[in-house]
Amino acid sequence: MIYYTIKRLGLALLVALTVSFISFGLLYLSSDPAIAMAGETASDADIEAIRKLYGFDRPILVQYFDWLQRALGGDLGKSYYFRTDVSALIGERLPTTMTLGVCAITFAIVLSVPLGVAAAIRPNSLVDRVALFLSVMGQALPSFWFALMLIVFLSVNLRLLPTSGSDTWLHFVMPTVVLGYYAAPAIMRLTRTGMLEVLSTDYIRTARAKGLRPWVVLFKHALRNAIIPVVSLAAVQFGFMLGGSIVVETIFALHGAGFLAWESITRNDLPTVQGLILVFSLFYIVLTFFADLLNAWLDPRIRIN
Amino acid sequence: MKRKLLLAITSMALAAGISGVAHAGKSDDTLNVAIDRELESVDNYYNTAREGIVISRMVWDALLYRDPATNEYLPNLATSYKWVDSKTLEFDLREGVTFHNGEKFDADDVVYTLDYISDPNNGAKPARNVNWWDSTEKLGDYKVRVNLKKEFPAALEFLSGPLVMYPNEYYAEVGPEGMALKPVGTGPYAVTSVEPGKRYKFKKYDGYHASSPKGQASIGNIVIRTIAESNTQLAELFSGGIDWIWKVKPDQAERIDAQGQFTVKNSSTMRIGYLNFDAMGRHSENPMNDVRVRRAIAHAIDREGIVNALVKGESMVVHSLCFPSQFGCTQDVPKYDYNPEKAKQLLAEAGYADGFEIPFLAYRNRDYAEAMINNLNAVGIKTNFEYLKYAAFRDKVQDGGSPFNFGTWGSYSINDVSAITSHFQSGGKDDYSKDAEVIKQLGIGDSSVDPTVRKDAYKAALSRISGEVFMFPLWSYNTWYAFSKDVDFNPTPDEIPRFFTAKWL
Repeated sequence: MIYYTIKRLGLALLVALTVSFISFGLLYLSSDPAIAMAGETASDADIEAIRKLYGFDRPILVQYFDWLQRALGGDLGKSYYFRTDVSALIGERLPTTMTLGVCAITFAIVLSVPLGVAAAIRPNSLVDRVALFLSVMGQALPSFWFALMLIVFLSVNLRLLPTSGSDTWLHFVMPTVVLGYYAAPAIMRLTRTGMLEVLSTDYIRTARAKGLRPWVVLFKHALRNAIIPVVSLAAVQFGFMLGGSIVVETIFALHGAGFLAWESITRNDLPTVQGLILVFSLFYIVLTFFADLLNAWLDPRIRIN
Repeated sequence: MKRKLLLAITSMALAAGISGVAHAGKSDDTLNVAIDRELESVDNYYNTAREGIVISRMVWDALLYRDPATNEYLPNLATSYKWVDSKTLEFDLREGVTFHNGEKFDADDVVYTLDYISDPNNGAKPARNVNWWDSTEKLGDYKVRVNLKKEFPAALEFLSGPLVMYPNEYYAEVGPEGMALKPVGTGPYAVTSVEPGKRYKFKKYDGYHASSPKGQASIGNIVIRTIAESNTQLAELFSGGIDWIWKVKPDQAERIDAQGQFTVKNSSTMRIGYLNFDAMGRHSENPMNDVRVRRAIAHAIDREGIVNALVKGESMVVHSLCFPSQFGCTQDVPKYDYNPEKAKQLLAEAGYADGFEIPFLAYRNRDYAEAMINNLNAVGIKTNFEYLKYAAFRDKVQDGGSPFNFGTWGSYSINDVSAITSHFQSGGKDDYSKDAEVIKQLGIGDSSVDPTVRKDAYKAALSRISGEVFMFPLWSYNTWYAFSKDVDFNPTPDEIPRFFTAKWL
């Protein structure tokens, strides 16, 4: 088990490194970072000065390995744009994204798991249809449109919630719903499918035959098994929320790590983009690892194997 | 009962949560402003964004101040100035001015600031602000001399805006990073809080020197927030979270105006659009080498129609490669009316009766570019359109990779022809014609301090550029502003909103 874990972690780190190298190359090749940094009003002299100041005149491999060497020593460098430490910048933005991610995944689970279970208990019933409708809506609604509709309705018309920013918990309500609702359908469908499968197994029939109370059969015996793939999916969805909440963070002006990633890409702020990719990759690795541990805890067969 | 309970809980929650949210308006003497991009730094010398210029004008002062209405240079931190000779400027400085931190303003601050930003090791940007003077001398506690490297008539323009004065002791202690987090200037607003890239708070500076041409600020507090999404900015405006937005899209501005709840204003800006042609065959031998083809294109583009249908606002067709208010900019140059038939005739004369196909690059305003493509199609010119990011566009154009492109230039709000015409036509990387006569005339205009000599030289250059259609000026741009009816605000063509002149109504 330890060997397996180390192997998986090593592989994951290699993936993170590969991703960082490819993204570095793509960003560099897409356009000259000095021009992107200098902006539209800059003169040739401005651009040349920036090129020299930041070492863009060196070969790309030298620049990459220079970054990698420092990153391994814990120094993610300085943002070309903000002129501050990337680690401090990410540290400043990450809490907003983490808060949003935790709220959204919680919302998604709280919404989708009970609905998935209810739909599985009575397949093809009204509850199942409603769950299916909500699921299809969640997948079909573009996040930006849903976000804007919520703003128009809850913020502009009813004045119930603040439109944008991250000052209070109320600022996170609409972003949580938008981001969480986008993740909910997959969890809901997986819960429903898992529950349907488990509910038709022999041991459930045996449990019922033994006269166990329905909720004990449902939650203690059935859901515990059906939820295993859901845990893995939720971990992946949570990782996606941390790195992929760009649209939501932009619309609600949340200034989290997702928004920072997007803005840094458009500004060719290589150290910040590289730092964020590293952090997001590490999140995925850790989340997947914890999902495996959780699955092992839920299902003793995984532990034994 | 349940409904009442829910309402009560909601009300309490809202009271608890929203109380911390900044509310717009006159009632708390706070003007809430939204901008759409994260500022790299509030430090004036480490920032190239227009929003940074806006903040710079609020927080700092320059030696002079250009009145946006008259374009006259008025004394600000300097009480007077004189040209000792064509390469030497002397300034008498104002006494009794204090920075927001209490530090006294004097000649040491001027010498320190100019020395600091002209040192290439400090990486101050943009370089054009700082690469034209040689040294600064302190002649007394309140007198300085600026020695120019060469004759540079636009010096006053720079000294009246971009070159703001820093407190020498404070800046030496905190440097750019400290200044970015806690800016200190002599301007009409003092910074009270900076959340980098996110929010900036300002308070009226009560100790602002009474003789400033900027005048005393009227609004007590200003909060500038970054909201990248334009729809969110609008929603904030409608819900009262924001009082003032700009760069509103024309169709949105028209809708807001129609509602009548907000004041909507439009102002032409110094930015102009242009078509650049490969007149000297830098890219390759191509139809643009022929002046008849360039003239045909000038006649083929319906500038008036595009301005009326798409650009809108106070934009206008420009005939000369500069913005009309810029010093030396004349519209008395050869003009080209919209005349597709004449365009076809010119193309036929040039041997392209059946038209031709050519690459066409652009980096902004795809809709304007597409309208021009339609105009060109109508006279038989087919384009292979490439829409690029600015950095890629600039790369390709400067490397000689474009026979024909659509660009824009804002002159970094410098009200002088040298900021645009000389940039594009003085033989540099952007110059696709490298015409000896144009280069010579621009050289005369750029190096003389005699206004008549400059005007004559620029007129000669601009007339030749238009006559030969080395570049084809299209139209000026404009900016839409939308703000609360409680606010009295007037935009200016240099596209630098001056919140210190805004008032509550």
